[in-house]
Amino acid sequence: MASKRFNALPGFGLTMGVTLFFLSAIVLLPFAGLVLRTLGLSWSEFWGLATTDRAMAAYRLTFGASLIAAVTNAIFGTLLAWVLVRYEFPGRRFIDAMVDFPFALPTAVAGLTLANLFSANGWLGRFLVPLGIEGAFTPLGVTLALTFVGLPFVVRTLQPVLEGLEREVEEVAATLGAGRLRTFASVIAPSLLPAILTGFAQAFARAIGEYGSVVFISSNKPFEGEIAPYLIMMRLEEFDYAGAIALAVVLLVFSFVLLIVINLLEQWASHFEH
Amino acid sequence: MSAPPSTTRRNQSQTHRQSRRGTEESPLVKWLLITVALSFCTVFLLLPLANVFVQALAKGWSFYVQSLTHPDSWAAIRLTLLVAAISVPINVVFGIAAAWCIAKFNFRGKSLLVTLIDLPFSVSPVVAGLMFVVLFGAQGFFGPWLEAHNIKIIFAVPGIVLATVFVTFPFVARELIPVMQATGTEQEQAALTLGASGWQTFWRVTLPSVKWGLIYGIILCNARAMGEFGAVSVVSGHITGLTDTMPLRVEKLYQEYNAPAAFAVASLLAVLALVTLGLKTLLEWKQARAYERALRDSR
Repeated sequence: MASKRFNALPGFGLTMGVTLFFLSAIVLLPFAGLVLRTLGLSWSEFWGLATTDRAMAAYRLTFGASLIAAVTNAIFGTLLAWVLVRYEFPGRRFIDAMVDFPFALPTAVAGLTLANLFSANGWLGRFLVPLGIEGAFTPLGVTLALTFVGLPFVVRTLQPVLEGLEREVEEVAATLGAGRLRTFASVIAPSLLPAILTGFAQAFARAIGEYGSVVFISSNKPFEGEIAPYLIMMRLEEFDYAGAIALAVVLLVFSFVLLIVINLLEQWASHFEH
Repeated sequence: MSAPPSTTRRNQSQTHRQSRRGTEESPLVKWLLITVALSFCTVFLLLPLANVFVQALAKGWSFYVQSLTHPDSWAAIRLTLLVAAISVPINVVFGIAAAWCIAKFNFRGKSLLVTLIDLPFSVSPVVAGLMFVVLFGAQGFFGPWLEAHNIKIIFAVPGIVLATVFVTFPFVARELIPVMQATGTEQEQAALTLGASGWQTFWRVTLPSVKWGLIYGIILCNARAMGEFGAVSVVSGHITGLTDTMPLRVEKLYQEYNAPAAFAVASLLAVLALVTLGLKTLLEWKQARAYERALRDSR
């Protein structure tokens, strides 16, 4: 297998052995177990378990809140990346480093502090709740938590593209009489679009599977505050393994479809980087 | 140079100024965009962070220290350190092995292997935990056998370690593969030609050249290992004092309406996140400097 003709380095057998051992034990075996248990269900059984009314409500909340969070991140992430790359202002480097904070902060802590911030006597809730904007224990709260965990994706995929953008093109557009807005819409935005979509899809995928931050800020009530991963948890606590597995398979299939979409988007985006 | 600027030069600088104006937003727009972006960062990054520490200390330092030294919280801190101490080294061994065979050799199915290594990143943590319950739980494939031999995996420490290794699986490999690919194989080939053994070559040539990438991967892996919630929550069984990690302890205290204590434990995890972020920024800065130096030297 290894092209030894070009390569005299030792250790291929050993390292490949170690890699395949860990991959099989930690990743492939658990996947195989889940697939085998799923195949043990008949199609109608599976469909029944995966599409109960409670499950459908959970999908609606999961996908709806994730979509709104990812769109929010696409808009504000683009703005943030633009401001960080193009402008100089006090605290720029600090904010740039802080963008990765949601990746570094354990999700339980994120959920805990966001729930507190938006509760009636929290720093933000004390102003928002009297206005009728309730962030804690509502679907809005779920969206806020998912926005937090997905925040870094769009910024980080967009920053290198913005840095690599050639200013000459914009100068040409300006010389030809285009206003700044027109230049942005017809010259800059098209080359940013693939990166924005990639970041959007990554944030969306992350939000679909997110659990830790949401359980703290959601009411977790069936039919209104229950996300799909939480429902899996409930099924497990009832020892309803088949029910948990059916929901897990739906989430997995969706994740894999998104993974393929993200790979295609990345290939498309790489045409725009120089 | 004392001659007055020629008209052509003045014209040039004028057109230059004009084109600068054409490629920059008006100050009003610029500061408006900065204000909106910073407001977004304040609501979603700065306030949540500051709130953790303010709430943790809301009842004073003595309450804070008491919350952390409570036997159950202390047990959770120890368990979290133990789980990280087991799962991070496993990740390092796997990551180095995977990076070596993927970066230094050519073989069929390489891109499939890389995709499979990345797989845990696209699985919901709860689903990851469920997979281990399906394998090792009481009703799982190996459940009866494990019970017969009196081995506990689910609702015990081994299950927590397995779930943690699963969710952190790609971290070190992912950082090391590009670094090892970039350094190529010439230096190792030279060391081998000069009579070094395979292990000597690895320790003295390969490892020093990838050490920053390795440290970077370890830092990220450790942060995730200590902070993982969903996957661990499924397999832990939430036995107070025995199988609660720090994030699970935070949840339990919160459910018991003891928010100040929950925030106290959470503040330790927030410090971990800040240290991780600081080290990460430092390493990126170091790498950028090394890259610039290499560029200068090659010129």
